[in-house]
Amino acid sequence: MAEILQAMTALGAHGPARVAVGPLSITERVDLALASVAERRGRGADLVGAASPAGLPLPGPARYQAGTPFGTFWVAPGMWFAEAPFASHEWIADQLRAALGDAASITEQTDAWVIFDLVVVGEGVGLASLLERLCNVDFPAAPDGFATRTVMDHLGIYLIRQGAGAARIYGPRSSAQSLLHALEAAARAVW
Amino acid sequence: MIINHPILGPRDAQEFVYLGDAALIDRPDGMTDGIEAFHTYAYLRDNPAGDHRELWYHEQGDRSWLVVTRNTVTHEITKVELARDVARAMGRST
Amino acid sequence: MTQSNRISGGQIDRGQTLRFTFDGQGFTGHPGDTLASALLANGVRLMGRSFKYHRPRGPLTAGSEEPNALVELRSGARREPNTRATVAELFDGLEATSQNRWPSLRFDAMAVNDRLSSFFAAGFYYKTFMWPRSFWEKLYEPIIRRAAGLGSVSREEDPDLYDKGFLHCDLLVIGAGPAGLMAALTAGRAGARVILADEDFRMGGRLNAETFTIGQVAGADWAAGVVTELATMPNVRLMPRTTVIGAFDHGIHGAVERLGDHLAEPAAGKPRQILWRIYARRSVLAGGATERPIAFENNDRPGIMLAGAMRAYANRWAVTAGQRVAVFTNNDDGLRTAADLRAKGVDLVEVIDSRKGDMIVDSRGRLGLKSVTVQDSKGQRRDITVDALAVSGGWNPNVNLYSHHRARPVWDDTIVAFVPGADGPPGLTVAGAAAGVLSTHGALRTGRDAAIAALGLTGAAPDLPEAEDATPRITPLWHVPQGKGRAWIDQQNDVTVKDVKLAAQENFISVEHLKRYTTLGMATDQGKTGNVLGLAVMAELTGRSIPQTGTTIYRPPYTPVAMGTLAGRSRGAEFKPVRMTPSHHWAREQCAVFVEVGNWLRTQWVPKDGETEWRQSVDREVLATRRSVGICDVTTLGKIDIQGTDAGAFLDRVYANTFSTLKVGKCRYGLMLREDGLVYDDGTTARLAEHEYVMTTTTANAVGVFRHLEFCRQCLWPDMDVQLISTTEAWAQFSVAGPNARNLLEKIVDQDISDAAFPYMGAGNVTVCGGLRARLFRISFSGELAFEIAVPTRYGDALLREMLARGAEYDPVVYGTEALGVMRVEKGHVAGGELNGQSTALNMGLGKMVSQKKDSIGRVLSTREGLTDPEGYRLVGVRPVDPAARLTAGSHFLDIGAAAVAANDAGWLTSKVYSPHIGSDIALGYLKAGAGRIGQRMRAVNLLAGQDTEVEIVSPHFFDPEGERLRG
Repeated sequence: MAEILQAMTALGAHGPARVAVGPLSITERVDLALASVAERRGRGADLVGAASPAGLPLPGPARYQAGTPFGTFWVAPGMWFAEAPFASHEWIADQLRAALGDAASITEQTDAWVIFDLVVVGEGVGLASLLERLCNVDFPAAPDGFATRTVMDHLGIYLIRQGAGAARIYGPRSSAQSLLHALEAAARAVW
Repeated sequence: MIINHPILGPRDAQEFVYLGDAALIDRPDGMTDGIEAFHTYAYLRDNPAGDHRELWYHEQGDRSWLVVTRNTVTHEITKVELARDVARAMGRST
Repeated sequence: MTQSNRISGGQIDRGQTLRFTFDGQGFTGHPGDTLASALLANGVRLMGRSFKYHRPRGPLTAGSEEPNALVELRSGARREPNTRATVAELFDGLEATSQNRWPSLRFDAMAVNDRLSSFFAAGFYYKTFMWPRSFWEKLYEPIIRRAAGLGSVSREEDPDLYDKGFLHCDLLVIGAGPAGLMAALTAGRAGARVILADEDFRMGGRLNAETFTIGQVAGADWAAGVVTELATMPNVRLMPRTTVIGAFDHGIHGAVERLGDHLAEPAAGKPRQILWRIYARRSVLAGGATERPIAFENNDRPGIMLAGAMRAYANRWAVTAGQRVAVFTNNDDGLRTAADLRAKGVDLVEVIDSRKGDMIVDSRGRLGLKSVTVQDSKGQRRDITVDALAVSGGWNPNVNLYSHHRARPVWDDTIVAFVPGADGPPGLTVAGAAAGVLSTHGALRTGRDAAIAALGLTGAAPDLPEAEDATPRITPLWHVPQGKGRAWIDQQNDVTVKDVKLAAQENFISVEHLKRYTTLGMATDQGKTGNVLGLAVMAELTGRSIPQTGTTIYRPPYTPVAMGTLAGRSRGAEFKPVRMTPSHHWAREQCAVFVEVGNWLRTQWVPKDGETEWRQSVDREVLATRRSVGICDVTTLGKIDIQGTDAGAFLDRVYANTFSTLKVGKCRYGLMLREDGLVYDDGTTARLAEHEYVMTTTTANAVGVFRHLEFCRQCLWPDMDVQLISTTEAWAQFSVAGPNARNLLEKIVDQDISDAAFPYMGAGNVTVCGGLRARLFRISFSGELAFEIAVPTRYGDALLREMLARGAEYDPVVYGTEALGVMRVEKGHVAGGELNGQSTALNMGLGKMVSQKKDSIGRVLSTREGLTDPEGYRLVGVRPVDPAARLTAGSHFLDIGAAAVAANDAGWLTSKVYSPHIGSDIALGYLKAGAGRIGQRMRAVNLLAGQDTEVEIVSPHFFDPEGERLRG
């Protein structure tokens, strides 16, 4: 579908930002749709039953789990964030609602967040030396798939560990510029 | 301080917002209890030098309200519970 | 100048020469030097002036406890005062300047204070500057201000960066002397995650300053070997130049790492220092001990230093403090200095050991030591010519971090010092000299054992190498019985034995009083060398034991921390993150003026060409909106998605009015009370589906309301089926207001939005511009026919531009928060000034909204007598009788003719704007019994603004009171 109105990224541009500092690359992801899935009271079993055929994992606390089409991470007791490709899931909330019925409350979250993928190239360097300047997460000790809310530059963000050198960050969209600046400044201080 | 979150494990107290006495869970019934009961509920607090059950909100975390038993003199935390569980145990429901 | 006092050996790199200046004079040193060691090597021992008496001073110590050798480092914006020369690492090009002197270090005019010292005894300020009172502001304070303070700050902005960071470990080892190294080695080999932090740039602690052997090698070499091994362990992080400044609750430690202080300036983009928050499961405090002086007359001259420091200068830095040296000691450790200096070929003139009855009773040499007077056990006195004197009064374990949770150290008669007790911070173990174990072997042993105990290790631990295991014997001597002269205890604050005597005489005998009366232990060194000595003197004077006399509280930070380090990146434009609205980029193009609302930057007004006054822009925006149509970005209002089968019932509990009866596709104004019955927040809540509502909150309370709703949901009614999530950032929302609002939106919205199809307070999902999903609400804050339209945030910018383009025929204006404020006051809507946390629904004229038929937060207490007084405050409108007169928010209502005193106060103006429609200032206010005073005349008095304005009390609804426009 041709765009009716031209979308602007959280950084005020018409395409995703890519920044490199030393071995680190920061890539803005504008190709992901996001929605929250909250279990309705007493409907846990129904939700689990509907989620699996819909390709919606429901991981435990502090975990991200990949699935097809949805990748999901736990955000609160009985609540998850589900992401999927924007191209196929622009209407992610409707799609989830159709799949899960009234077992869950679904809320559109695509535009509430700015998403940055952080990747550090190189053996053994890892992201830890950057993240330790930004948040209190014990990144080296965390397993892959670890998902947590934490604070960076006074901002509440979600951090998902994808490997020793890779992480995804969801930050509040309105502060995308401040968050990116903080990431870049910290990276320049490290590398 | 470190609060040992019942679901998420040890988390820095900086991630939490403090409310105060966990007695705030025990809200009177708004249709049957009167001004006296609500006055006690809203204003009267113990201020112990020692163990204190208090409400902390994991704002920069999973948004759980917790009941933290903390020694106000030593800051030792001896118990951390989900406030929702505490409320249910007190007979609160809907 | 040559390095005339440089001797053989040392841990300096002679292959490289570093140039530096002190007070403009050029010197040389080597890598490995501190500023103090390099100056001493060059024969410079006068490095500063004391705080009060401006006495000439040289370094007393060789470490961070230094009270005297405080200098300014660098120049221009990087100038930093009160830097300890004893820990300032030398680099090529270092500029250092002495401080607290005028015009020069050698000739200081303020040294007249020294001659007048009898006037400046303890309590001088308290006693002197008391009367007459009127002299304080004009005379005393300016004089004191000029004389007070150490050093001077650069008034330029700090050009350096400071970072903050977070580290995690199983074991934090504080101090890398023999105990700390052994603890780190034990834990590191066992595979634990270890952080080893030391304030020095070279790890090894006292091993670098001593000639002891460990095993078969020199102590310094053993230390270097251990550091090399630790550096190969991926589970060990070595942090030299890192001071652990505080032990906080539950294993959290603060530490300052100095990355750039040993460089002329930090590398581009790199921080000068990092403030670390270290989460340690366990910690070992191996911070060593600090030597203390013995007080005798004129014991503060340059050239007199602590024996351990003099030994360190000789052994580590290959510097002799003088050409003819004596040692004055009350313990065995002082004798080591004599032995080491002799071994280095220094002319060691004499050892005066108080245990044999000998004492030093005086010294001479105005700018540096020339001779001392020795008195033997028979009372015979003689002068000996020396240019340096080493003094040892024993060693105090560095218990500071152990005591940061207010643990009180206990007295140890063997080493004659306070040592840690049993009640330190949970998880912290003390080892080595910090624990009062003053032998090398003891340090190694307790370091290893501390790591084993802290981590519960059961496997093989490193063998303990051979090392000396003698605890130095000591016979206490605190101060030499004195005559008329002054004997210094705390050199930084110029506290002498006499001052302590005066404090005792005037009954300031509690240690906390002693400290505040004499300033003992204050300022940058916090009495690290002087405190215990001062306590001991007080104990002696009051006939109590030292433990009975007690200690003051030890508080973080261990050593001074620069303000910039505490601020980190949060300063200037980066003080806090910015939240940008979806229209931010458009507004920037228009050169809009922004206002900070929390972290949000909102458009305040959008000036057009030729507008020079803000009022011109705001008036135009108001008039254009009321005449045709205006658009305002209202994205900042909090939006909370509330779903679940109990969503309606839940809203009935948290709002004073009822929402469960709201029909799908409609919205309603909601009033939220606190449990005490006062108004907390307000907003509009729409029902989008049977079990789905979207609540709006004020911008200011968005976070607080969400927290409150979670409290209600989890703590009060845990079994209600309600789910909450914020959607504030997900939707770009614009208010479109004015008679042409519908006409404009009909060009945007795909569906029928006629009054019949989308009546007042309608709400629902629509599409715009041919299929883009959107939400439309027919609500008005301005009193006009108005809608709020929301699209996914990424389309907000394009939607705004599209509305302006497609609606061009209606000449739409974009208005900011000022015009928004004008229109809401004209309409009598409450906002920040009225929602002040002290007001009830009744005060606001919304009393009937509080449903008495259901339980809601705040209902019961809102019915309290004091809050339901019929004569209480009511919201009113205010306009000046003279339209040209000005009103000011905060002015108070007074009756005509009433005196402007509190007893006559009848209320106040909460919000004031200029209304271009009415052509005058208008205001809202809370007025006692205000509902019955509509039409009356009163005065709005503001004594601060010098205003006393006759006003007419009117309905708060200045504009379209019947609401015909918004229902149009």
